[in-house]
Amino acid sequence: MSRKILTEHINVPGIQGYEVYRQNGGYRSVEKALKMTPNDIVEEVKKSGLRGRGGAGFPTGMKWSFIDKKSGRPRHLVCNADESEPGTFKDRYMMEKIPHLLVEGMITSSIALEANLSYIYIRGEYMWVYRILERAINEAYAKGWLGKNIQGSGYDLDLYVTCGAGAYICGEETALIESLEGKRGNPRIKPPFPAVVGLYGNPTVVNNVETIMDIPWIVMNGGDEFAKIGIGKSTGTKLISASGHIKNPGVYEIDLSISVEEFVMSDEYLGGMYSDRPLKACVPGGSSVPILPAELLFKTAKGEQRMMTYESMSDGGFATGSMIGSGGFIVYDDTTCVVRNTWNFARFYHHESCGQCSPCREGTGWMEKILYRLENGYGTQEDIDLLWDIQRKIEGNTICPLGDAAAWPVAAAIRHFRHEFEYHVRYPEKIKDRKHFEYEPWEKVKHLMATESVLV
Amino acid sequence: MALAEIKPEQVVFSEKLMKRIEELKSHFPEGRKKSALITVLHEVQDEHEDWLSVPVMDKVAEVLGIKPIEVYEVVTFYSMYNQKPVGKYVFEFCRTSCCATRGVEDLMEYTCQKLGVGMNEVTPDGMFQVKGVECLGACGYAPMLQLGDFYHEFLTKEKMDALIDDCRAGKVEKLSKV
Repeated sequence: MSRKILTEHINVPGIQGYEVYRQNGGYRSVEKALKMTPNDIVEEVKKSGLRGRGGAGFPTGMKWSFIDKKSGRPRHLVCNADESEPGTFKDRYMMEKIPHLLVEGMITSSIALEANLSYIYIRGEYMWVYRILERAINEAYAKGWLGKNIQGSGYDLDLYVTCGAGAYICGEETALIESLEGKRGNPRIKPPFPAVVGLYGNPTVVNNVETIMDIPWIVMNGGDEFAKIGIGKSTGTKLISASGHIKNPGVYEIDLSISVEEFVMSDEYLGGMYSDRPLKACVPGGSSVPILPAELLFKTAKGEQRMMTYESMSDGGFATGSMIGSGGFIVYDDTTCVVRNTWNFARFYHHESCGQCSPCREGTGWMEKILYRLENGYGTQEDIDLLWDIQRKIEGNTICPLGDAAAWPVAAAIRHFRHEFEYHVRYPEKIKDRKHFEYEPWEKVKHLMATESVLV
Repeated sequence: MALAEIKPEQVVFSEKLMKRIEELKSHFPEGRKKSALITVLHEVQDEHEDWLSVPVMDKVAEVLGIKPIEVYEVVTFYSMYNQKPVGKYVFEFCRTSCCATRGVEDLMEYTCQKLGVGMNEVTPDGMFQVKGVECLGACGYAPMLQLGDFYHEFLTKEKMDALIDDCRAGKVEKLSKV
């Protein structure tokens, strides 16, 4: 049984509203934080070992300590609620169910950063959640948790929610800042980092919703207590949003110490595969991370048990490992066509590329077209090599990580499932129907690939 | 007003909308009122049959005190703004991986056939439009679609039938309340 740090009160009736939230211990971390020095709060967060929950896993306390407090410019905290990574829907679940936890986290974190103007940037599609947050913020203002002289402490903070309008790229922190300034979501060149030059040119910290929601617990219980949960540098609990061919899709809060096998197979979590078909592959951390074939999911290449931790999930690097990323855990059974799925992801990244850097703008489009060819039976053997070549040339050659995010799933699919790509080239008549693997899963047709072909 | 050209002086923002715009502007520091643009455009689009014509965009620029080009460049970047008239009820199906593995393609085909339109086409009565969009962040509740401000999840053909009937009967809420 995992600890419930974030989701402890989530099913309390009426927790969406201020009164019930307050009765369940809400806003106590603000009271405590107002009595602490900002640096003490940052130290607690450093001790907790909390790592950014948006996907990159950068230590939050360290990120906070980079914020420029010397220049005397106004500072801002911006919450990244632009959750758009395919497979990820944890933040929306939390904000919809318990919005005041985010508001409380924003206040406590703003105190630590000595920010007086903070924003929550939510994706435009979550419009009804935007309204929920707006209501929660208004309630917090009415009860004296926001505005001038909060609870008589002399500290002022304004917090507002603002929204995007349908652009995955705005999840990248500098693109988010651009968008928040009312512009196109084109990422900025770093350095300077937002901690020095961010929103309106002021020092800014951008944190994920889940990261911010962890802060009240850390302030109340201490960083050491948080660090006791989990293994090594993977401390605390993590929200995992699970989807795909599993029995119980949904959002789960897990200790960063359970095994992947337990998470997938036990009834407490995903409950195994929904039609009891064999597991074929898994994307464990949102669409950008490398896909893992079944044989590398529960065990690492070294034969060790794979755990739900940052380190274990990336064990073996990209050759045989993946990443925990944003916690978007997508499971595929044997009816899934990896080529089709990779095409789907490539289309997504092509659609979402902002167009600033040519390797990404052009490359994602080429990858989509080649994958379309392959999936629809018009591909050649050279196409597979061309695809490999293109993804390699996108990775690391763009301003923001969207290029990498587009390249990695393609690379991993070819690395682990090259035989399926070749099958698409050699047997175009067998893959004409988009449900080809539903009718004849790979296991049933793979013998065809054992014969030498003279035609390729 | 449909496709007919709207003249700038014909563009009227209601009192309620203007009040809301002023409120949104108040969330940002002096000299940074442009920050409200993206949220304001949502509100404006909601009041103008779900699309943004050039005169409407010009009016937004005027209200926010920015140049029209600053509005155009934002409208053309974000996928939620419509630059052409759309159906009254737009079914925006999420077609990314998780929804695709849970059968959204079948569902889109079914809906198009039922309504007698192709993808992105508006039905002759102007009521419906079927679109495929990228991940909406409801992967665990797939297949799903967005209609106005709301999500409709765990869809089946039966649920689609019911949803279409409800739309025709005017029983479907599109906007979340401020």
